[in-house]
Amino acid sequence: MANKIARVACREQDPKVRATNFEEVCYGYNLEEAQLEASRCLNCKNPRCVAQCPVSISIPEFIGHVLKGELQAAADTIARDSSLPSVCGRVCPQESQCEGACILGIKGEPVAIGKLERFVGDWKIENGRKEEQLPEQNGHRVAIIGSGPSGLACAGDLAKMGYEVRVFEALHKVGGVLVYGIPEFRLPKERIVAREIDSLRRLGVVFETDTIAGRTVTVDSLLDEEGYDAVFIGSGAGLPRFMGIEGENLNGVVSANEFLTRANLMHAYDEEYDTPIYVGRRVVVVGGGNVAMDAVRTAKRLGAEATIVYRRSEVELPARVEEVHHAKEEGIEFRMLTNPIEVVGTDKGWVRAIRCVEMELGEPDESGRRSPVVKEGSEFEIECDVVIMALGTSPNPLIAATTDGLETNRRGCIVADDEGRTSREGVFAGGDIVTGAATVILAMGAGRRAAKAIDEYVKSKA
Amino acid sequence: MYKILYKRELAAGIWEMRIEAPRVARAALPGQFVIVRADEHGERIPLTIADYDPQEGWVTIVTQAIGVSTRKIVALEEGESLIDFAGPLGRPSDFVKEPIEELRKRRFLFVAGGVGTAPVYPQVKWLSERGVECEVIIGAKTKDMLIFTERMSAVAKVHIATDDGSEGFKGMVTALIRELIDGGEKYDEAVAIGPMIMMKFVTLTTRECNLKTTVSLNALMVDGTGMCGACRVTVGGRTRFTCVDGPEFDAFEVDFDEAMRRQGMYRTQEERANAIAAERAAGHKCRIGLDK
Repeated sequence: MANKIARVACREQDPKVRATNFEEVCYGYNLEEAQLEASRCLNCKNPRCVAQCPVSISIPEFIGHVLKGELQAAADTIARDSSLPSVCGRVCPQESQCEGACILGIKGEPVAIGKLERFVGDWKIENGRKEEQLPEQNGHRVAIIGSGPSGLACAGDLAKMGYEVRVFEALHKVGGVLVYGIPEFRLPKERIVAREIDSLRRLGVVFETDTIAGRTVTVDSLLDEEGYDAVFIGSGAGLPRFMGIEGENLNGVVSANEFLTRANLMHAYDEEYDTPIYVGRRVVVVGGGNVAMDAVRTAKRLGAEATIVYRRSEVELPARVEEVHHAKEEGIEFRMLTNPIEVVGTDKGWVRAIRCVEMELGEPDESGRRSPVVKEGSEFEIECDVVIMALGTSPNPLIAATTDGLETNRRGCIVADDEGRTSREGVFAGGDIVTGAATVILAMGAGRRAAKAIDEYVKSKA
Repeated sequence: MYKILYKRELAAGIWEMRIEAPRVARAALPGQFVIVRADEHGERIPLTIADYDPQEGWVTIVTQAIGVSTRKIVALEEGESLIDFAGPLGRPSDFVKEPIEELRKRRFLFVAGGVGTAPVYPQVKWLSERGVECEVIIGAKTKDMLIFTERMSAVAKVHIATDDGSEGFKGMVTALIRELIDGGEKYDEAVAIGPMIMMKFVTLTTRECNLKTTVSLNALMVDGTGMCGACRVTVGGRTRFTCVDGPEFDAFEVDFDEAMRRQGMYRTQEERANAIAAERAAGHKCRIGLDK
């Protein structure tokens, strides 16, 4: 019988302290806490959580193993469907996936599936069974473009099947958005990301950094000159969007991508590193997604007063509930139903303020969210010296433009079926470059399905 | 790691380095750039490609030591390595895609200023190897700051301009452009590469002469692949990314004043870093914690 106790709280750094450092916010469960939380699971006959998981992890099964302390078995259960539990346990929007469907959530709090997944993932990194020997090689080679979630997942599965896998990364560090985008305080780089990548290296996966697909190499040069049997494109989200309002090119307006890349990839907050970052006294972040939360909380940690400006209301915020909650605890100001119409500059061309209008919610639009309408005569200014635009991205056209016969859609995303097959034989794609900006788990799932399809394709040609 | 095969000081503080980078060398075309990082703590610095050899697998860069990061790069010696050397980035020069017969009907005037002379070289070399006529104006403050004059002379007719008249024409490159055109020289298009302020004034001159002009912008960048948007410039009233839409643009469309202002975005931080580095170099230990 399930234990009818309240959801076990996860220990966290004190908000006042953590708002000044980059260490992880949440400490995660220890074994005792994890087992206690696991005891709450009803082990439903027809588990709704599994149906809502983008990669259908056998959630009640792994939780059952946690309850009994069988952590290797729990890790093996998750591994059937997910290759990055430590990452996804931290960054998945559980409230709209597994936990959102949990029966316990109807009257009370759902099982903390994300925290349990993270617990198992972290245990596996520290204590899990290591693959002792390389899988037997099958003599085929696959090139992977991009070392983010989809590329890593695809690489891992193919390596386990015996493929010789080489991953090409444009930046100097492996991990894609896990490294340049998601901040340290949400996803530790050395303790988690680097070690997930090391486990792929042990499987024989080779990473080549500083290699830009479409420039340094092309899909065709990989297939024709370098002799790969197939190519997987997981090149990620792409070019940052701006609003197209007056004053956006003033000094002090940056994309969230730039701000976060300077902080995360380039360690600009650390004096030992040479890359500069400009924070100013007061930062306004425009947007309401996870990237906006990451940017605003990074700005806060760098000493600025930091505000979120979002044109809809709080219920429409696309960010994970936990991130919004953490941001508020850390003292981030939220100005909802507020839309910028101009960035105002000094006579020297630096940001002085952001001019906004107040919005009110009208009828629901095609996305089902109530669309905001401008309140007449509501213009006002928020004084600030930095404006960070966190409005999403549009696909980087580089690979499609340099690969003949690779079909893209109207939005510039590469067209691929559910298994990642593109319009070009032997070329597969998955993750944000196919779907537009989405989540780590969706990208990882796409990478894994593509790995299966690549295996079928290569075997059919052999 | 990318080995430094060869290193030489061309003028005070301006260094040429030949880097072993076979993949970049094989893919490089005129007009493109690389992103370089000196060491684990270094910045990603965009540098234009000054020469390359696809067979031998090397790429040449020319760096002027002006900040902490560029000084780190030039401090590395032959046999040592750069930790990162990514490229070739940006779109190649437009002429690369044009039919050679068309190009041969045209006369190009290249206007090179300071370190900007280096990226002009692969363009002129590429055109001259294909029998396209080029003339090059190389400008510098003074004779000692001129670079690439000999190798440029081997592939094109070169005009020198120095501000103090210590070599060649005395005055700015803009005055020399005028003199050449007023003297009856006919050009079909110009390419100007150098400091932003020079490109701005060259553009003012060539516009008056109705001479189609291309400039190569050296905007600030972080990744150089389209991800960060730090390199935004306004061209023809539209925001473009220098790294993926450029670095070369139609000069008549570029908002140079904005581009120059945006280059100064991190000047305060750079000056502070420079000051700290200078103090450290002088053996001074900061007692009020500025170096922390």
